[in-house]
Amino acid sequence: MEPASGGFVPPAAGGDIAAAGLEVKVRSQWSYARSRFIRHRLAMFGLVVLFVVFGAGVFANYIAPYSFSEIDLTNILAGPTTAGHHFFGTDEIGRDYFSRVIYGIRTSEEVGVFVAIVSSLLGLAIGALAGYYGGLIDNLLMRLTDLVLTLPFLAILATASALLGSGSQWRVSIILALLFWTGLARVVRGVFLSLREKEYVEAAKAAGAGDLRIMVRHILPNTLGPIIVNGTLAVAAAILTEAALSFLGFGIKPPTPSLGVLISEAQTNPQQWWLTVFPGLTIVIIVLAINFVGDGLRDALDPTQRRVRA
Amino acid sequence: MPEPILSIKNLVVEFKTDDGIVHAVDDITYDVFPGETLGIVGESGSGKSVSTLSILGLIPQPPGRVVSGTAMFKGKDLLKLKKRELRAFRGDEVAMIFQDPMTSLNPVLKVGYQLGEAIKTHYPKVSDHDVKTRVVDLLTLVGVPNPDQRYDQYPHEFSGGMRQRAMIAMAIANSPSLLIADEPTTALDVTIQAQVLEVLKTVQNATNAATILITHDLGIVAELCERVLVMYAGKVVESGDVHTIFQNPRHPYTIGLMDSLPKLTEDEEWLRPIPGQPPSLISRPSGCAFHPRCFLSQGRLRCNEEVPSLRVVDGGDEHYAACHFAEELVGHHSKFSAPVAGGVA
Repeated sequence: MEPASGGFVPPAAGGDIAAAGLEVKVRSQWSYARSRFIRHRLAMFGLVVLFVVFGAGVFANYIAPYSFSEIDLTNILAGPTTAGHHFFGTDEIGRDYFSRVIYGIRTSEEVGVFVAIVSSLLGLAIGALAGYYGGLIDNLLMRLTDLVLTLPFLAILATASALLGSGSQWRVSIILALLFWTGLARVVRGVFLSLREKEYVEAAKAAGAGDLRIMVRHILPNTLGPIIVNGTLAVAAAILTEAALSFLGFGIKPPTPSLGVLISEAQTNPQQWWLTVFPGLTIVIIVLAINFVGDGLRDALDPTQRRVRA
Repeated sequence: MPEPILSIKNLVVEFKTDDGIVHAVDDITYDVFPGETLGIVGESGSGKSVSTLSILGLIPQPPGRVVSGTAMFKGKDLLKLKKRELRAFRGDEVAMIFQDPMTSLNPVLKVGYQLGEAIKTHYPKVSDHDVKTRVVDLLTLVGVPNPDQRYDQYPHEFSGGMRQRAMIAMAIANSPSLLIADEPTTALDVTIQAQVLEVLKTVQNATNAATILITHDLGIVAELCERVLVMYAGKVVESGDVHTIFQNPRHPYTIGLMDSLPKLTEDEEWLRPIPGQPPSLISRPSGCAFHPRCFLSQGRLRCNEEVPSLRVVDGGDEHYAACHFAEELVGHHSKFSAPVAGGVA
């Protein structure tokens, strides 16, 4: 038999294969996910919108024509106009509404991102421990999750703001984070519960790997998909909840502008439509954009759930 | 006889289930000697895997439980070690090769990383460069072509045979003195089986590790093993040198196993299975667990009442069988009584 024709004889050098153009291009899971995401039009659209809106919030000091508390007494309750750069009009004491909405975005995005990160870490840790160890630990942690799920947000926040004094953006964020982790904990627990029975986990155990290494290096990478999707959607949920709470007066207190606070303040001047519409529209745009991105991530990271899109 | 490297005595493993206690391994005793290959054969559920998994603490506990027994390995009883101490043995001194290479590699981690991890877990001080060199050497040893490129690939870019080679490389990464291969070829097709067996032979020669080969394929036993252990319903029913077992089996179950295989040199219309079903391990038949299916028993009371113990048959040549009437099998030839047939080769 000629050496070249045998399937077992490895080619003399890797370079030959590359020269013949037969080399398999190594693509990681992430590069597949990235290309799937980029092909997802709605998600890319959402991402661009999100960049613009959140960018405005992050660079509020540079973009906003006024500070959020600056008073322009010559323009009180003015409608949207380009005069004096009051694009969204002004409120009852002459503060520029465009600037207040932009600073409101900053507050809302800070709350949303903080809540998403902290609650994801919390949910991840609790779900991972419950799913990996099972048994009593699982039972205790999952009953705790059930308990937190049954707590009414409003009552808790009302109580907390009464006890601790309301108003601080960070206090609201922490309370929200402490209530938001339950969904992710359940998802992560489910994944850990099924993956800990996998042969590769057993193989890792047989190779002498410890519990922590197995959890972090072997199982966690497999759960990153749902974690990222959940975290993204948590940003939207936290922004919505914060707006609702602030609107009801349990959340962030004026003068810090958050989108919910702005809508709440607008109630005193129902005739001036711009006071409600602009912050409201901003919330809708942010939440929609995040949800589009979240959907795109879900499709990109979980190929088994992929739907064919035109 | 040299000192055994692994010596299992009176091992009993049970699983608690809703239907009752499953006696997966019931009082088995065996030795593994340095450098040898011991085959453990038996039907599904005969306890062959559990007997080895349990000594490494790899059975789920609960429901599983090691009730009693000792497993002496290098002067230490593996069954009495703490979790952390046992972990130091796993993958270092004692390594395992699993049945299904398609699922035994983590799909999200590069193959090279996973192999390197096997080394890093036990020797965290080895430099990344040395680990990579070693991994590439290992991949070369097990016959993975282009190991440098393969190092950076994910498991889905490997074929089944290549993955099993990678798993074997992972098992021998730290030059274990005992290698446990749990049905290493069952999930592979026949041509790949032959290649993987070749790799196993190469690896054995290279590391001189004692090997426990768990299988239900007698062909593989004939090919690779020096000694055989036949298990039935959690007990060892026959053990001995591979030639002795194939030529002069002294347990009706062993004969049944061999007779149920097709023989290429004979014109056979039908396979000859062992009648009946493997027994329930929750309520085993009384006496000899095999008696309801045994052609030799013929309804004799002793088979029903008395549990046969493993005893020397055919005079002192390390050939043991657990049958009351083993002597009646003298002169009974199995299909393989002729020169040992090479199974897969």
